[in-house]
Amino acid sequence: MAQSQASLAPALPADWRDLFALTKPRVMSLVVFTGLCGMLAAPGPVHPVLGFSAILAIALGAGASGALNQWYEADIDALMKRTAGRPLPAGRLDRQTALHFGVGLAVFSLLLMYMAANWLATAILAVSILFYVFVYTIWLKPRTPQNIVIGGAAGAFPPLIGWAAVTGDIGLLAVMMFLLTFLWTPPHFWALALFVQSDYAKAGIPMMPVVAGERSTRRQVLFYSLVMAAGAIAPWWPLGLTGAIYGVTAAVMSAIFCALAVPVARRTPLAGDGMKPERQLFAFSLLYLFILYAAVVIDRWMLG
Amino acid sequence: MSEHGPEGEFDEAAYRAQQRRNANVTALILIAFVVLFFLITIAKLGLAT
Repeated sequence: MAQSQASLAPALPADWRDLFALTKPRVMSLVVFTGLCGMLAAPGPVHPVLGFSAILAIALGAGASGALNQWYEADIDALMKRTAGRPLPAGRLDRQTALHFGVGLAVFSLLLMYMAANWLATAILAVSILFYVFVYTIWLKPRTPQNIVIGGAAGAFPPLIGWAAVTGDIGLLAVMMFLLTFLWTPPHFWALALFVQSDYAKAGIPMMPVVAGERSTRRQVLFYSLVMAAGAIAPWWPLGLTGAIYGVTAAVMSAIFCALAVPVARRTPLAGDGMKPERQLFAFSLLYLFILYAAVVIDRWMLG
Repeated sequence: MSEHGPEGEFDEAAYRAQQRRNANVTALILIAFVVLFFLITIAKLGLAT
Protein backbone atom coordinates (compact mmCIF):
# COMPACT_ATOMS: atom_id res chain seq x y z
CA MET A 1 0.00 0.00 0.00
CA ALA A 2 2.81 2.40 0.91
CA GLN A 3 4.47 1.54 -2.37
CA SER A 4 1.38 2.34 -4.44
CA GLN A 5 1.01 5.66 -2.58
CA ALA A 6 4.63 6.48 -3.38
CA SER A 7 4.14 5.74 -7.05
CA LEU A 8 1.07 8.00 -7.15
CA ALA A 9 2.91 10.86 -5.42
CA PRO A 10 4.08 13.65 -7.73
CA ALA A 11 7.78 13.61 -8.68
CA LEU A 12 9.93 16.57 -7.73
CA PRO A 13 9.84 19.45 -10.23
CA ALA A 14 12.91 19.59 -12.48
CA ASP A 15 15.85 21.33 -10.84
CA TRP A 16 16.99 24.43 -12.77
CA ARG A 17 20.59 23.13 -12.65
CA ASP A 18 19.54 20.05 -14.62
CA LEU A 19 17.86 22.27 -17.21
CA PHE A 20 21.07 24.31 -17.39
CA ALA A 21 23.10 21.11 -17.87
CA LEU A 22 20.83 20.23 -20.81
CA THR A 23 22.22 23.22 -22.70
CA LYS A 24 25.78 21.75 -22.76
CA PRO A 25 27.41 24.84 -21.17
CA ARG A 26 30.96 23.86 -22.20
CA VAL A 27 30.03 23.61 -25.88
CA MET A 28 28.10 26.85 -25.48
CA SER A 29 31.23 28.69 -24.32
CA LEU A 30 33.04 27.84 -27.57
CA VAL A 31 30.00 28.85 -29.63
CA VAL A 32 29.69 32.16 -27.77
CA PHE A 33 33.40 32.87 -28.25
CA THR A 34 33.38 32.18 -32.01
CA GLY A 35 30.16 34.19 -32.42
CA LEU A 36 31.68 37.09 -30.50
CA CYS A 37 34.82 36.96 -32.66
CA GLY A 38 32.68 37.00 -35.82
CA MET A 39 30.92 40.07 -34.46
CA LEU A 40 34.14 41.86 -33.44
CA ALA A 41 35.87 41.07 -36.75
CA ALA A 42 32.97 42.47 -38.80
CA PRO A 43 33.43 45.95 -40.24
CA GLY A 44 31.23 48.57 -38.61
CA PRO A 45 30.16 49.58 -35.13
CA VAL A 46 27.80 47.62 -32.94
CA HIS A 47 25.73 49.01 -30.08
CA PRO A 48 26.91 47.27 -26.86
CA VAL A 49 23.36 46.36 -25.75
CA LEU A 50 22.41 44.99 -29.18
CA GLY A 51 25.74 43.17 -29.49
CA PHE A 52 25.30 41.60 -26.05
CA SER A 53 21.72 40.59 -26.89
CA ALA A 54 22.79 39.01 -30.19
CA ILE A 55 25.50 37.00 -28.42
CA LEU A 56 22.97 35.97 -25.77
CA ALA A 57 20.64 34.84 -28.58
CA ILE A 58 23.48 32.74 -30.07
CA ALA A 59 24.11 31.20 -26.63
CA LEU A 60 20.42 30.42 -26.13
CA GLY A 61 20.19 28.95 -29.64
CA ALA A 62 23.19 26.73 -28.92
CA GLY A 63 21.62 25.75 -25.60
CA ALA A 64 18.38 24.84 -27.37
CA SER A 65 20.31 22.67 -29.85
CA GLY A 66 22.08 20.93 -26.96
CA ALA A 67 18.81 20.33 -25.10
CA LEU A 68 17.07 18.90 -28.19
CA ASN A 69 20.14 16.75 -28.90
CA GLN A 70 20.01 15.30 -25.38
CA TRP A 71 16.23 14.82 -25.65
CA TYR A 72 16.66 12.76 -28.81
CA GLU A 73 19.74 10.83 -27.64
CA ALA A 74 18.68 10.03 -24.07
CA ASP A 75 18.66 6.26 -24.75
CA ILE A 76 22.09 6.35 -26.41
CA ASP A 77 23.55 8.58 -23.67
CA ALA A 78 22.50 5.99 -21.07
CA LEU A 79 24.78 3.42 -22.75
CA MET A 80 27.94 5.56 -22.69
CA LYS A 81 30.04 6.14 -19.58
CA ARG A 82 30.88 9.70 -20.71
CA THR A 83 27.20 10.71 -20.96
CA ALA A 84 25.37 8.40 -18.54
CA GLY A 85 25.41 11.06 -15.82
CA ARG A 86 23.47 13.61 -17.91
CA PRO A 87 20.08 14.66 -16.47
CA LEU A 88 17.91 12.51 -18.81
CA PRO A 89 19.74 9.16 -18.67
CA ALA A 90 20.33 9.64 -14.94
CA GLY A 91 16.55 10.06 -14.46
CA ARG A 92 16.68 13.54 -12.91
CA LEU A 93 14.54 14.98 -15.70
CA ASP A 94 11.78 13.61 -17.93
CA ARG A 95 12.00 13.72 -21.71
CA GLN A 96 8.90 15.84 -22.24
CA THR A 97 10.32 18.61 -20.02
CA ALA A 98 13.55 18.51 -22.04
CA LEU A 99 11.64 18.72 -25.33
CA HIS A 100 9.50 21.64 -24.17
CA PHE A 101 12.55 23.42 -22.74
CA GLY A 102 14.53 22.94 -25.98
CA VAL A 103 11.76 24.09 -28.32
CA GLY A 104 10.90 27.05 -26.06
CA LEU A 105 14.53 28.12 -25.85
CA ALA A 106 14.94 27.84 -29.64
CA VAL A 107 11.89 30.03 -30.34
CA PHE A 108 12.94 32.56 -27.71
CA SER A 109 16.52 32.76 -29.06
CA LEU A 110 15.19 33.54 -32.55
CA LEU A 111 12.84 36.24 -31.22
CA LEU A 112 15.67 37.80 -29.24
CA MET A 113 18.02 37.72 -32.26
CA TYR A 114 15.40 39.37 -34.47
CA MET A 115 14.82 42.09 -31.88
CA ALA A 116 18.53 42.72 -31.37
CA ALA A 117 19.86 42.33 -34.91
CA ASN A 118 18.24 41.58 -38.26
CA TRP A 119 16.42 38.90 -40.25
CA LEU A 120 19.62 37.47 -41.83
CA ALA A 121 21.27 36.75 -38.45
CA THR A 122 17.95 35.28 -37.27
CA ALA A 123 17.66 33.09 -40.38
CA ILE A 124 21.22 31.74 -39.99
CA LEU A 125 20.59 31.05 -36.30
CA ALA A 126 17.40 29.15 -37.23
CA VAL A 127 19.29 27.15 -39.88
CA SER A 128 22.05 26.30 -37.39
CA ILE A 129 19.55 24.99 -34.80
CA LEU A 130 17.58 22.99 -37.39
CA PHE A 131 20.78 21.66 -38.96
CA TYR A 132 22.15 20.47 -35.61
CA VAL A 133 18.92 18.79 -34.55
CA PHE A 134 17.55 17.34 -37.80
CA VAL A 135 20.58 16.91 -40.09
CA TYR A 136 23.27 16.02 -37.53
CA THR A 137 21.49 14.49 -34.51
CA ILE A 138 18.57 12.70 -36.13
CA TRP A 139 19.79 11.98 -39.68
CA LEU A 140 23.61 11.74 -39.90
CA LYS A 141 24.88 10.71 -36.47
CA PRO A 142 23.21 7.29 -36.23
CA ARG A 143 23.79 6.49 -39.94
CA THR A 144 27.22 7.42 -41.25
CA PRO A 145 30.82 7.74 -40.04
CA GLN A 146 30.91 11.01 -42.02
CA ASN A 147 28.49 12.45 -39.41
CA ILE A 148 31.16 14.72 -37.97
CA VAL A 149 32.41 15.95 -41.36
CA ILE A 150 29.01 17.22 -42.53
CA GLY A 151 27.59 17.84 -39.06
CA GLY A 152 30.56 20.09 -38.28
CA ALA A 153 28.75 22.81 -40.21
CA ALA A 154 26.28 23.14 -37.32
CA GLY A 155 28.98 24.32 -34.92
CA ALA A 156 30.57 26.55 -37.54
CA PHE A 157 27.64 28.96 -37.98
CA PRO A 158 28.21 31.32 -34.96
CA PRO A 159 30.88 33.55 -36.58
CA LEU A 160 28.56 33.96 -39.58
CA ILE A 161 25.71 34.90 -37.23
CA GLY A 162 27.89 37.38 -35.31
CA TRP A 163 29.09 38.97 -38.54
CA ALA A 164 25.57 39.15 -40.02
CA ALA A 165 24.23 40.70 -36.80
CA VAL A 166 26.59 43.66 -37.31
CA THR A 167 26.60 44.11 -41.09
CA GLY A 168 23.34 42.55 -42.28
CA ASP A 169 25.26 40.56 -44.89
CA ILE A 170 27.91 37.82 -45.11
CA GLY A 171 31.51 38.77 -45.85
CA LEU A 172 34.24 36.53 -47.27
CA LEU A 173 36.20 36.64 -43.99
CA ALA A 174 33.10 35.41 -42.15
CA VAL A 175 32.85 32.52 -44.62
CA MET A 176 36.53 31.70 -44.00
CA MET A 177 35.89 31.71 -40.22
CA PHE A 178 32.99 29.32 -40.84
CA LEU A 179 35.30 27.15 -42.95
CA LEU A 180 37.96 27.10 -40.22
CA THR A 181 35.57 25.58 -37.64
CA PHE A 182 34.07 23.28 -40.28
CA LEU A 183 37.50 21.84 -41.22
CA TRP A 184 38.69 21.78 -37.60
CA THR A 185 35.78 19.59 -36.44
CA PRO A 186 36.85 16.21 -37.99
CA PRO A 187 40.39 16.01 -36.53
CA HIS A 188 39.11 17.40 -33.20
CA PHE A 189 36.31 14.84 -32.83
CA TRP A 190 38.19 11.89 -34.28
CA ALA A 191 41.04 12.48 -31.82
CA LEU A 192 38.37 12.24 -29.09
CA ALA A 193 36.71 9.24 -30.77
CA LEU A 194 40.02 7.36 -30.80
CA PHE A 195 40.23 7.33 -27.01
CA VAL A 196 36.51 6.86 -26.26
CA GLN A 197 35.70 4.51 -29.14
CA SER A 198 34.59 1.66 -26.90
CA ASP A 199 31.85 3.98 -25.59
CA TYR A 200 30.66 4.78 -29.12
CA ALA A 201 30.78 1.10 -30.14
CA LYS A 202 28.69 0.15 -27.10
CA ALA A 203 26.06 2.73 -28.06
CA GLY A 204 26.08 1.64 -31.72
CA ILE A 205 27.10 5.06 -33.04
CA PRO A 206 29.01 4.66 -36.32
CA MET A 207 31.93 6.90 -35.45
CA MET A 208 34.88 6.61 -37.82
CA PRO A 209 37.12 4.40 -35.58
CA VAL A 210 34.21 2.02 -34.97
CA VAL A 211 33.27 1.62 -38.65
CA ALA A 212 36.41 2.25 -40.71
CA GLY A 213 38.89 1.09 -38.09
CA GLU A 214 41.61 2.86 -36.17
CA ARG A 215 44.25 2.83 -38.91
CA SER A 216 42.00 4.59 -41.42
CA THR A 217 40.81 7.11 -38.80
CA ARG A 218 44.38 7.98 -37.87
CA ARG A 219 45.25 8.65 -41.53
CA GLN A 220 42.16 10.81 -41.91
CA VAL A 221 43.04 12.83 -38.80
CA LEU A 222 46.31 13.81 -40.48
CA PHE A 223 44.64 14.43 -43.87
CA TYR A 224 41.98 16.72 -42.38
CA SER A 225 44.60 18.49 -40.23
CA LEU A 226 46.51 19.41 -43.40
CA VAL A 227 43.34 20.58 -45.17
CA MET A 228 42.39 22.57 -42.06
CA ALA A 229 45.85 24.17 -41.94
CA ALA A 230 45.46 25.30 -45.58
CA GLY A 231 42.00 26.68 -44.77
CA ALA A 232 43.34 28.46 -41.67
CA ILE A 233 46.16 30.21 -43.53
CA ALA A 234 44.05 31.09 -46.59
CA PRO A 235 42.51 34.30 -45.13
CA TRP A 236 46.09 35.69 -44.95
CA TRP A 237 47.52 34.07 -48.05
CA PRO A 238 46.39 34.00 -50.82
CA LEU A 239 43.17 35.88 -50.01
CA GLY A 240 44.75 38.84 -48.18
CA LEU A 241 41.73 39.33 -45.90
CA THR A 242 43.88 39.60 -42.75
CA GLY A 243 47.31 40.91 -41.86
CA ALA A 244 50.49 39.29 -40.61
CA ILE A 245 49.34 39.00 -36.98
CA TYR A 246 46.71 36.46 -37.95
CA GLY A 247 48.86 34.97 -40.73
CA VAL A 248 51.86 34.17 -38.55
CA THR A 249 49.65 32.94 -35.69
CA ALA A 250 47.71 30.66 -38.06
CA ALA A 251 50.91 29.32 -39.66
CA VAL A 252 52.62 28.56 -36.32
CA MET A 253 49.54 27.07 -34.64
CA SER A 254 48.69 24.99 -37.72
CA ALA A 255 52.27 23.68 -37.89
CA ILE A 256 52.03 22.57 -34.24
CA PHE A 257 48.59 21.00 -34.91
CA CYS A 258 49.96 18.99 -37.86
CA ALA A 259 53.08 18.05 -35.88
CA LEU A 260 50.81 16.62 -33.15
CA ALA A 261 48.68 14.83 -35.76
CA VAL A 262 51.70 13.02 -37.29
CA PRO A 263 52.37 10.69 -34.32
CA VAL A 264 48.62 10.06 -34.02
CA ALA A 265 48.57 8.99 -37.68
CA ARG A 266 51.71 6.85 -37.53
CA ARG A 267 51.46 4.97 -34.28
CA THR A 268 49.83 1.70 -33.34
CA PRO A 269 48.67 1.98 -29.74
CA LEU A 270 49.44 -0.71 -27.24
CA ALA A 271 46.80 -1.91 -24.82
CA GLY A 272 46.61 0.43 -21.82
CA ASP A 273 49.12 2.98 -23.14
CA GLY A 274 46.87 5.89 -22.14
CA MET A 275 46.49 7.25 -25.70
CA LYS A 276 48.64 10.26 -24.79
CA PRO A 277 49.23 11.61 -28.36
CA GLU A 278 45.48 11.48 -29.10
CA ARG A 279 44.65 13.25 -25.83
CA GLN A 280 47.34 15.88 -26.54
CA LEU A 281 45.94 16.54 -30.02
CA PHE A 282 42.40 16.83 -28.66
CA ALA A 283 43.43 19.29 -25.94
CA PHE A 284 45.55 21.35 -28.34
CA SER A 285 42.73 21.49 -30.90
CA LEU A 286 40.60 23.44 -28.39
CA LEU A 287 43.41 25.92 -27.72
CA TYR A 288 44.04 26.16 -31.48
CA LEU A 289 40.53 27.35 -32.29
CA PHE A 290 40.41 29.87 -29.42
CA ILE A 291 43.78 31.38 -30.39
CA LEU A 292 43.04 31.60 -34.12
CA TYR A 293 39.69 33.31 -33.59
CA ALA A 294 41.27 35.72 -31.11
CA ALA A 295 44.04 36.40 -33.67
CA VAL A 296 41.46 37.34 -36.34
CA VAL A 297 39.97 39.95 -34.00
CA ILE A 298 43.32 41.32 -32.81
CA ASP A 299 44.53 41.50 -36.41
CA ARG A 300 41.44 43.37 -37.59
CA TRP A 301 41.57 45.81 -34.69
CA MET A 302 45.32 46.50 -34.87
CA LEU A 303 45.90 46.39 -38.62
CA GLY A 304 42.40 47.36 -39.79
CA MET B 1 15.92 13.74 -5.86
CA SER B 2 14.36 12.23 -2.79
CA GLU B 3 10.71 13.21 -2.91
CA HIS B 4 9.90 10.08 -0.92
CA GLY B 5 11.00 9.58 2.64
CA PRO B 6 12.74 6.49 4.01
CA GLU B 7 9.41 4.62 4.15
CA GLY B 8 8.48 5.77 0.65
CA GLU B 9 6.04 8.53 1.72
CA PHE B 10 5.81 11.78 -0.24
CA ASP B 11 8.02 14.53 1.20
CA GLU B 12 5.93 17.65 0.68
CA ALA B 13 8.51 19.96 2.28
CA ALA B 14 11.16 18.91 -0.24
CA TYR B 15 8.66 19.31 -3.07
CA ARG B 16 7.70 22.84 -1.98
CA ALA B 17 11.35 23.84 -1.42
CA GLN B 18 12.22 22.70 -4.93
CA GLN B 19 9.24 24.59 -6.37
CA ARG B 20 10.30 27.71 -4.49
CA ARG B 21 13.90 27.48 -5.76
CA ASN B 22 12.72 27.10 -9.35
CA ALA B 23 10.23 29.95 -8.98
CA ASN B 24 12.97 32.24 -7.65
CA VAL B 25 15.31 31.40 -10.53
CA THR B 26 12.49 31.89 -13.07
CA ALA B 27 11.60 35.26 -11.52
CA LEU B 28 15.21 36.45 -11.69
CA ILE B 29 15.50 35.38 -15.34
CA LEU B 30 12.22 37.09 -16.24
CA ILE B 31 13.29 40.33 -14.54
CA ALA B 32 16.62 40.20 -16.38
CA PHE B 33 14.84 39.80 -19.72
CA VAL B 34 12.38 42.63 -18.98
CA VAL B 35 15.38 44.90 -18.32
CA LEU B 36 17.16 43.61 -21.44
CA PHE B 37 14.12 44.17 -23.69
CA PHE B 38 13.75 47.68 -22.28
CA LEU B 39 17.42 48.39 -23.06
CA ILE B 40 17.09 46.90 -26.56
CA THR B 41 14.11 49.18 -27.23
CA ILE B 42 16.00 52.24 -25.98
CA ALA B 43 19.07 51.26 -28.06
CA LYS B 44 16.93 50.82 -31.19
CA LEU B 45 15.22 54.17 -30.61
CA GLY B 46 18.65 55.74 -30.23
CA LEU B 47 19.84 54.16 -33.48
CA ALA B 48 16.69 55.31 -35.29
CA THR B 49 17.22 58.94 -34.33
